[in-house]
Amino acid sequence: MESNKRIWLGALALAGLIGTAQAQQKIVAIDGSSTVYPITEAVAEEYQKLKKGAVKVTVGISGTGGGFKKFCRGETDISDASRPILKQEMEACRQTGIEYIELPVAYDALTVVINPKNDWAEEMTVAELKKMWEPAAQGVVDNWKKVSERFPDRPLKLAGPGADSGTFDYFTEAVVGKSKSSRGDYMASEDDNVIVQFVSRDVGALGYFGLAYYTENKDKVKAVKIKKDENSPAVAPSVETVNNGTYQPLSRPIFIYVNAKAAQEKPEVREFVEFYLQNAAKLSKEVGYVDLPAKAYEMALRNFKAMKKGTAFGGEPDVGVKVEELLEREGKL
Amino acid sequence: MASKESMELRGVIARNQRWDLIVGTVGLLATALGVIILTLLFLDLVLDGWRRLTPEFFLNFPSRRPEEAGILSAWVGSALVMIVTAFTAVPLGVAAAIYLEEYAPKNWVTELIEINVTNLAAVPSIIYGLLALGLFVYILGFGHSILTAGLTLGLMILPIIIVATREALRAIPVAIREAAYALGATRWQVVSDHLIPYASGGIYTGVIIGLSRAIGETAPVITIGALTFIAFLPPIPFSGDPPAGPFDWLFSPFTVLPIQMFNWLSRPQSAFHVNAAATGIVIIVATLAMNGIAIWLRSRIRAKLKW
Repeated sequence: MESNKRIWLGALALAGLIGTAQAQQKIVAIDGSSTVYPITEAVAEEYQKLKKGAVKVTVGISGTGGGFKKFCRGETDISDASRPILKQEMEACRQTGIEYIELPVAYDALTVVINPKNDWAEEMTVAELKKMWEPAAQGVVDNWKKVSERFPDRPLKLAGPGADSGTFDYFTEAVVGKSKSSRGDYMASEDDNVIVQFVSRDVGALGYFGLAYYTENKDKVKAVKIKKDENSPAVAPSVETVNNGTYQPLSRPIFIYVNAKAAQEKPEVREFVEFYLQNAAKLSKEVGYVDLPAKAYEMALRNFKAMKKGTAFGGEPDVGVKVEELLEREGKL
Repeated sequence: MASKESMELRGVIARNQRWDLIVGTVGLLATALGVIILTLLFLDLVLDGWRRLTPEFFLNFPSRRPEEAGILSAWVGSALVMIVTAFTAVPLGVAAAIYLEEYAPKNWVTELIEINVTNLAAVPSIIYGLLALGLFVYILGFGHSILTAGLTLGLMILPIIIVATREALRAIPVAIREAAYALGATRWQVVSDHLIPYASGGIYTGVIIGLSRAIGETAPVITIGALTFIAFLPPIPFSGDPPAGPFDWLFSPFTVLPIQMFNWLSRPQSAFHVNAAATGIVIIVATLAMNGIAIWLRSRIRAKLKW
């Protein structure tokens, strides 16, 4: 069979020729948080249209933590992060000599949702949320009555993101008071649509995720108005309440981290980040996030051009700070 | 007296025939169940996604606007990865099978290899992904590329191809081999002039079944770093400025259909879920088509065979 022999020869030839050098391509490599992904995707789409294919931008979704792992190994130019860089990640970057510039790109509002038929928990205090979610609640707080006397005697079912998610990190920090400290007996899912389904099917269910998922599912779930403490007003999550700083403590800035060396040596990375900061306001709104004040983008752009390295957080999570104040802070590497 | 015996006999026959009917019916239901479930799932997918199956859907890159988003980079990525997979797994798999079946001495080493090959077929695909991450991405330095993905999936379907090829070789009557040896043919002459041509129907079937498994694989491809947003195609050899080398595409970043589908499914906007359903249709149709080709090739080659 002649055709068979030809296939064999072709395979051998190909195997022999693999190993020829790669041509230099202009690639901006990005990975990280699935929360920041829609904004980065929108910016990458527009930027590549603008450059007509001369620069290639790749975006992956490894989660905030997974993204930092790749970033600190030097595999990516930019890391998407839905929370600030943590101590051990700073250490990992220090060991490989990777320096970075921290840039906030938008706000997200963590939204606590309940079933549309739930008429008793339309307003909740942070203390009540803590009572539901703290580690001590595990196996104990299984009924709304046990959270507060004002709630009816109904089983409480919880759903939320899994422990690899930056959303989980921020929620536990803001509500329980310690990052990653949560009860374990809730329905954990990396896919927020699963949480939407879960809450929409059970009158006694409660869950949390980013604002964009609530905006798209207003017919299936209801957002809880959050009271910072007993005496403060109940605030519903929305673009306005995030912008004027009243939706606290659950609104958070989300970031990109840029490899400083890549920004200095690769003009395409520098140009992409500048394009990002100039268009983040419009594009973040378009994909369901809240834009930062115009002044914050100007400050971020100034910080980037001045190559202001390091994080404003020092590896500790921080709840309820203004973005402008963050951008003023001294950076730590 | 005789009539009583024949009555008993009739009873036995009737009972056995009843059993025959029951087993036949249960068997038919069991077979139908699989087909019905697959059909229902596929219909559900088609109802959700068929409206998006326009030419633009195949020619557009992914986008933040669901109605403009398409699967160009994903299907090209899947196709190129499959090419690399086929070019690695087929020669290796067929060579290994021929050696084990025709050349290898029957001792404990070959036995060990045989047990290993059978076991490898049952190893979860994520393990191949982790192995490839260490070996291809970091040690050999191929990066998160089409080459890495193709080699990984090639390794994964290698056992399938080896087993299918051995089955095909075993199905060839011993008389054919003995006749050839009797005429003074060497082993290689027997293999290349007789065994491979006669077994090729079975080999093709094994290859295509392996490839149709590989095309839907997600876990190992994610592990080795396939990306989610890719709005460009790998470089076409000798195109562009400076011209791309003939094998630059092997080292290009890429995405594949199942990853694109998974990403759209996890988005908040329901319009993206429709895109995911449409991508699902494409994957299932591709798999069915590949299996169809396998069946067609096998029957064609069988029809031509004359011992």
